Amino acid sequence: MRLWRCAVFVAALLPFLWWAGQVAMGQAGPEPGQYLLLNFGQCALILLLLTLSLTPLMKLTRWKGFALIRRQMGLWTFSYGVLHLTSYLLFILGLDFSALGEDLQRRPYIIVGFAALLMLLALAVTSNQYSMKRLGKRWKFLHRLVYIALILVLLHFFWVVRADMTQWSGYALAGIVLMLLRIPAISRALGRVRPRKGHAKVSASRV
Amino acid sequence: MLIKTRKPHYIGENEVTSESVYHARRHFMAGVAGLGMAAALPRSAWAASQYDEVEQGTRPEWFASRLDKTKWKAVTAGENDKLTPFNDATHYNNFFEFGTGKDDPYKHASEMTTEPWTIEIDGEVAKPGTLDVNQLLGEQQLEERIYRLRCVEAWSMVIPWMGVPLSALLKRVEPTSDAKYVRFQTLMRPEEMPGQRSRFGLINWPYQEGLRMDEAMHPLTLLSVGMYGRVLPNQNGAPVRLVVPWKYGFKSIKSIVRISLVKEQPPTAWPTINANEYGFYSNVNPDVNHPRWSQARERRLPNSLFSTNMIDTQMFNGYGDEVASLYKGMDLRKYF
Repeated sequence: MRLWRCAVFVAALLPFLWWAGQVAMGQAGPEPGQYLLLNFGQCALILLLLTLSLTPLMKLTRWKGFALIRRQMGLWTFSYGVLHLTSYLLFILGLDFSALGEDLQRRPYIIVGFAALLMLLALAVTSNQYSMKRLGKRWKFLHRLVYIALILVLLHFFWVVRADMTQWSGYALAGIVLMLLRIPAISRALGRVRPRKGHAKVSASRV
Repeated sequence: MLIKTRKPHYIGENEVTSESVYHARRHFMAGVAGLGMAAALPRSAWAASQYDEVEQGTRPEWFASRLDKTKWKAVTAGENDKLTPFNDATHYNNFFEFGTGKDDPYKHASEMTTEPWTIEIDGEVAKPGTLDVNQLLGEQQLEERIYRLRCVEAWSMVIPWMGVPLSALLKRVEPTSDAKYVRFQTLMRPEEMPGQRSRFGLINWPYQEGLRMDEAMHPLTLLSVGMYGRVLPNQNGAPVRLVVPWKYGFKSIKSIVRISLVKEQPPTAWPTINANEYGFYSNVNPDVNHPRWSQARERRLPNSLFSTNMIDTQMFNGYGDEVASLYKGMDLRKYF
């Protein structure tokens, strides 16, 4: 299981290394900042969807490996989200914060994206064992913010589309399916992993 | 999903000698030949020496035969307008017929057949007809014009186009007094254009653009067939496209198959799907923002991670002296 977690870690790190390498080698086109911005953002969305698919997958397959990487995947989602925001501030805005004010007025999707990232931040800082114990039942409630974040992220993306909805539709469909799987009746039908002694935490941390 | 079956005659990309290698050989041969001929360089070689790093592409008769008489640098850009490298101008495009990614046109445009190619001229003209590119250019000499290209997405490039003034063609086909606008249409060929096959595409194909008659007749309005001393690469709108330098890039319609002179202002691609964001005129205007972003400044490409290369956007993309009179008395906030 340790190997599995390491493999996931490496797999999630690879896109970053690949894109950084492409930029370093001048293979990222005439606007490398934009290249990183778009790739990091899209990667964050894909990771968010993958993270949300882990619990249903675990229920379907009864393999606990999926549960073991939930926190890691959530943190990767947040990390790529931060990379996305950083790319925007550094490479698009050029750290010109006077332009940021104007952007925020003109581009509601930036506010929406920023709000989604703040939610992911709250989830990231409370993702440790200590916070789980400390917050108890409220932890689970707090971590349902991830569904709001997903909706905001999809809205953020929707507002950027200019000419073709194909890609967005794919992500939105995946998001809808994952949300539907959370409806209690459907969720039960998927089959429940019976919490055995010592594994109670796994189901308690279900999001 | 797109399922591709491999036909027996199909040659994979990795099996073909790449264009650059092919031309490297040609450069070598030319270099050897050039040792003794440097003094007697023909004028057409000027382009070759000017655009050394540029892949020459195909050279159809209608293009090759005009190279000698081409007026190089007939129009130049400002001192600070450095030419965008050929590689960037051909690998970073909006040509939604081939997909929405900036590299999609480069990846997919080679599927488009540009030979044979005809352009239909119809509507309010005395001499309608179907012309090939050679006939379209007529007796007119090719001119090289270095124009700034400002995309509505707030990035810009500087491109050395080759072409003829659109006015020359229009005069030849003799518009009637009813011709108030010119409508242009791009190729519609879904089997060669993946963007046109998309089920969730927002644009109503074929792509259409339009100009008011006086805009179309303006000397800056160019019917372009080449760039960087060669024919247009497919992703840049081969074999013939419009270039209207004082308007946002999407007005400069690519791969034209039909030019119609019409009485009424024609519906055009972008305002049709989103009239709040795009207007018929779409003149470059730093004072009228796109609802989703500011148009006051632009990123001059290529840029880098260390510099966004942000510059102020100029009214009419810096061509105000030439074109402002076309819009005298018009409220450009209303007619954006």
